[in-house]
Amino acid sequence: MAREHGFVAAIELHDVHRAFGPVRAVDGIDLHLELGEIAALLGPNGAGKTTTIDMILGLGQPDQGTVSVLGMSPAAAISRGLVAAVMQTGGLLKDLTVRETLRLTASLYPEPRPVDEVLERAGIAHLAERLVGKCSGGEQQRLRFALALLPDPALMALDEPTAGMDVEGRREFWSAIRRDAERGRTVLFATHYLEEADAYADRIILLRQGRIVADGTAAEVRNLSTGRSVRANLAEADRAALDGLPGVRSVEIRGGRVLIQTMDSDAVARYLLTATAAHDVEIVAHNLEDAFLALTSDEQVPAVEGRTADVSAA
Amino acid sequence: MSAKVPPTVTLAERRVPSLGGFNLTFLSIEVRRLMRNRRTVLVTLVMPVVLFLLFRANRRSGALAGIGFTAAATMIGIAVYGAMLAATSGGAMVSIERAQGWSRQLRLTPLRPAAYIAIKILVAMLLGLTSVAVVYVVGAIDGVQMAPATWLLSGVLAWAASFVFASFGLFMGFLLPSENVMQVIGPVLAVFSLFGGLFVPLTLLPSVMQDIAPYMPTYGVASIARFPLVGGAFDPIWLVSVVLWTAAFGAAATILFRRDTRRA
Repeated sequence: MAREHGFVAAIELHDVHRAFGPVRAVDGIDLHLELGEIAALLGPNGAGKTTTIDMILGLGQPDQGTVSVLGMSPAAAISRGLVAAVMQTGGLLKDLTVRETLRLTASLYPEPRPVDEVLERAGIAHLAERLVGKCSGGEQQRLRFALALLPDPALMALDEPTAGMDVEGRREFWSAIRRDAERGRTVLFATHYLEEADAYADRIILLRQGRIVADGTAAEVRNLSTGRSVRANLAEADRAALDGLPGVRSVEIRGGRVLIQTMDSDAVARYLLTATAAHDVEIVAHNLEDAFLALTSDEQVPAVEGRTADVSAA
Repeated sequence: MSAKVPPTVTLAERRVPSLGGFNLTFLSIEVRRLMRNRRTVLVTLVMPVVLFLLFRANRRSGALAGIGFTAAATMIGIAVYGAMLAATSGGAMVSIERAQGWSRQLRLTPLRPAAYIAIKILVAMLLGLTSVAVVYVVGAIDGVQMAPATWLLSGVLAWAASFVFASFGLFMGFLLPSENVMQVIGPVLAVFSLFGGLFVPLTLLPSVMQDIAPYMPTYGVASIARFPLVGGAFDPIWLVSVVLWTAAFGAAATILFRRDTRRA
């Protein structure tokens, strides 16, 4: 067991499947998350993000496979306050005040953080006496975050936590999460906002139709889909030589210009600059959105399926 | 990839809460919440009083007293009804909690289902106690006469009835969506009351209804609550009725709570 080394995985999913009738919401997921990681589960609606988070929280059971959280079952981790979650909507009583909601929840843990402290850290100290029903969506979300802080959990799971928030609310929410994560808390959040995954996660796990199609840093995921484009002015280009370079996926030659799509832009650039007379070499990184679309759209499936390896291990 | 930081929490040292999370802070906030729900409180406290006054004509004529259905017997029956209405409404408040996703949120805390249900039953029974007290005060003002011990004992027994119906309310609350729960419960309680002989003596009902009566959840509790007044032989079947109905409602509520993974 990992525990013998003093470290235990924050999350360990092994061959997890879950179906709702004929819909295979999660269709064979293996995931290993270390303590201290901040990871995003990114994917379009219906990709299986919420189902995955629900199983990590013990709200749903896998039909097949195993789920382990901090070396124990989700239920055991929840009962010790080691895991907390911020859900997308609901989960609050409108006829309680913010402070009452926190006091009530705190009373369920043997050693909760003080209510005033979590109010402060979630940035809602000024709302303490307000009825929850009178709080805005963003304020309610920060209350959910405050609730999740009460047990001082080792792992915090957030399911589309900023859905429906305005830009400013989203920024404030994430800066609170980020501040908190700097203390070493493990964070797993589901989102369909690319920029959120890019800006706040160290690691992006891209889901499509219940499977992980990419897993790595934002930069690695970008490369995984379409790599980069290299453009240069080059007369009399040697198509065969360009095609033969490692990682090259396509070569276009138009007049005196070449356009190369490649997984390894360094190799192409090195070749162009050292072995040819190419000039005005440009390397354009595809943005995460290109990667997202390429990896999650149906047409691209065959092209993508072969490259679903865990690049973070590389 | 290695962890960037050592675990900040010693996982094994984390404790689970005692009593499954049951505590007085939770209970007191729940009571405060109930008080904020003025409509429920008002309806459950006023309805029995209105009924009690409606049956006044009967009592004054003395027509029913001849068959042992005195003003006091009516009052106890109405108190049982009040306890039942209050406790059922209190229990059924879980449907609102489900609709707002609160039950689901609680599943992300160490709270055990049994502790949650205990809190809900206690809060519902507190409302039931208030209802019985209100009916008894109105009855005393209206001139109902019983021995002091009978007042106390029958009151406590009428209140105990609320335990059965707190479980029933929870069961309904977990079974039905919140917008329907009171519409369904109202008529059901009316049937329970009529068949259980809360308002009119069973002997005045058609014989088919009299045959069904002993199987109603109100039958046992009403008979027990009136026992201090009526006296005579104590029929153990009353107790069996109370225990079985409580167990049935409680088990059904527990099963539904566990299965309640619904997304709000």
